Amino acid sequence: MLLRVEDLHKRYGKEEVLKGVSFSLDKGETKVIIGPSGTGKSTLLRCINRLTEPDRGRIWLEDVEITSPKVNINRIRAQIGFVFQDFNLFTHLTALDNVRLGLIRVKRMSKKEATARAMEELARVGLADKANAYPAELSGGQQQRVSIARALAMEPKLILFDEPTSALDPELIGEVLAVMEDLAQSGMTMLVVTHEMGFARTVADEIIFMEKGVIVEQGPPEQLFRNPKHPRTAEFLRRITDLYGGER
Amino acid sequence: MNLVFSWDWLPRLSQGLLLTLELTALSMALGAVLGLVLAVLRVYGRGPLYPAYLLASGYVHLFRGTPLLVQLMTIYFGLPTVGVRFSPFVAGILALTLNTAAYQAEYFRGAIQSVRAGQMQAALALGLSRLQAIRYVVLPQALRLVIPPWSNELIYMVKGSAVVYLIGVAELMGQAKTIAARTFRNFEVYIVVALFYLALIFVLTLLLRWAERRTHVPGLGMPGRV
Ligand SMILES: Nc1ncnc2c1ncn2[C@@H]1O[C@H](COP(=O)(O)OP(=O)(O)OP(=O)(O)O)[C@@H](O)[C@H]1O
Ligand SMILES: [Mg+2]
Repeated sequence: MLLRVEDLHKRYGKEEVLKGVSFSLDKGETKVIIGPSGTGKSTLLRCINRLTEPDRGRIWLEDVEITSPKVNINRIRAQIGFVFQDFNLFTHLTALDNVRLGLIRVKRMSKKEATARAMEELARVGLADKANAYPAELSGGQQQRVSIARALAMEPKLILFDEPTSALDPELIGEVLAVMEDLAQSGMTMLVVTHEMGFARTVADEIIFMEKGVIVEQGPPEQLFRNPKHPRTAEFLRRITDLYGGER
Repeated sequence: MNLVFSWDWLPRLSQGLLLTLELTALSMALGAVLGLVLAVLRVYGRGPLYPAYLLASGYVHLFRGTPLLVQLMTIYFGLPTVGVRFSPFVAGILALTLNTAAYQAEYFRGAIQSVRAGQMQAALALGLSRLQAIRYVVLPQALRLVIPPWSNELIYMVKGSAVVYLIGVAELMGQAKTIAARTFRNFEVYIVVALFYLALIFVLTLLLRWAERRTHVPGLGMPGRV
C-alpha cells in the first residue's frame, strides 16, 4: 500500500468538513474523487501533504506516518506532487526555473543536473520549446502542463491533482487530460479530484464519491457509473452529466 | 532685485551634497535590511515567533507615530543623559535608519501580502521550507513590487535627511546655512541648494525607473507599463 488514510477529521470553526475519511491507494493506482462543491475534496487533498493540518486521523505514505509530529514534513512533501486548480506557477520564474527550483533547493542538484532533468520533464509534457517563457506568456493549458512537469521532476511517489482542468477554457482541457492519462498509463500513482467524468471513467482504477465530508461510495468506474449502490451517488452522477455533458 | 551667485560656494555645496548622499544611501540601505526583517516578522510571525511579531509591530507603530525630529533629538541630546553618546554623524545615521526602517517595513509588508497565497502553497508543496519559500518565491516577487513605493521613500529621505543639520552635520542644508550666514545671500544660496536637491532626486528617480524596467517580468506589477 502506498498511501493509507485513516479516519481523517477536519473542522473549520463550527463546520465539520471531513467527518472520518478512510481509504487507501496502491502503487501505480489512479483514483478519482468526485462530489459536490464544498464537500471537503480539496481539504482532503491538502491534509494529505499537510498544507492543511487535520484535527484527527492518521495518514501513512508507505511505512512513514505523515501525521506524526516527529516527521520532517518538508521531506514528505518533496515526495508528494501537488497540482493546483489555478496552477500556481511561480510568477517571477520561467517555465524552466519553475521546474528547476525544487530540484536545486530541495533535492540539492547541481544547476547542470537540474537543467537536464527539468528539460526532460518539460519535453514529456510537450513544452520543451517554452522553457524560457514566463507563466504570463503561456496559455492556461500550457501553465498547467508546466506545473505537472514541476511536480514530476521531483520524482514523487504520488501526485495529488485538485481539479486540474477547472480553471481552463474548454478547448484547453484536452491537452492537460492527455498528459494525465499518459502519466497514469506510465504507472504513476495519482489521486485526482475532477468533474471530468470521461477521464474518470476511462482512466481511474477506482472512483470515490464524497459528500458532506464522508465517502458515500467507492468502486470501479463501470460499477459506480452503471449501477451505483447509493441513491446519492446516482443523483450526483445525473446532475453532473447534465452539467458537464458526460463523456468527452 | 540684484541676484548674486558665486562659484566660491561650489566646494562647500559639493561636500554637502556628498554627505547628503552618504546619509541617504547608508540609512536607506540599513533601513532596508531592518525593514525587511520587520516586515517578514509582521507577516509570518505566528506560533513561536509571535513575540517577535509583537515587537516588530510595536517598533513600526512607535517610529511611524513620532516625528523624525523628535527621534533625532532623543538620540543625540536625550541619550547622553543615560550615558550613551554618539557623534553627530552617527546619531544622524541612526535616527534616519530607525525611522526609515519603520516606513520601509510597511512598504515591504504590503508587497509581501500582495504576492498571491498560492505561491507560498506551491512552494511548500514542493518541499521547500517556509524560510526557503520566503527567500526564493515570495521575496523575489515582493521586492519587484516594492520598487515604486520604495522610490517614494528614497525621495522623501533625500529631503528628510536635511534635519540632521540641526545637530551639526554639515550636509547640503548645513553647508547652505553656513554660506548664507557668511554671505547674507540667503535667497540665492537656497535657490542653488533647491536645484541641487532637484537634480539629485531627478537622477535617483531615473535610476529606479531603470531598475524597475531591468527587473520586470511579465505578469508581475507595472500594469500597463512596459
Ligand atoms: N481555510 C478555510 N477556512 C474556513 N473554511 C474553509 C477553509 N477551507 C475550506 N473551508 C470550507 O470547508 C468546506 C469544504 O471546502 P473544500 O474546498 O474542501 O470543498 P471542495 O469539495 O473542494 O469544494 P469545491 O468542489 O468547490 O472545490 C467549504 O464549506 C469551505 O467553505
Ligand atoms: Mg476544491
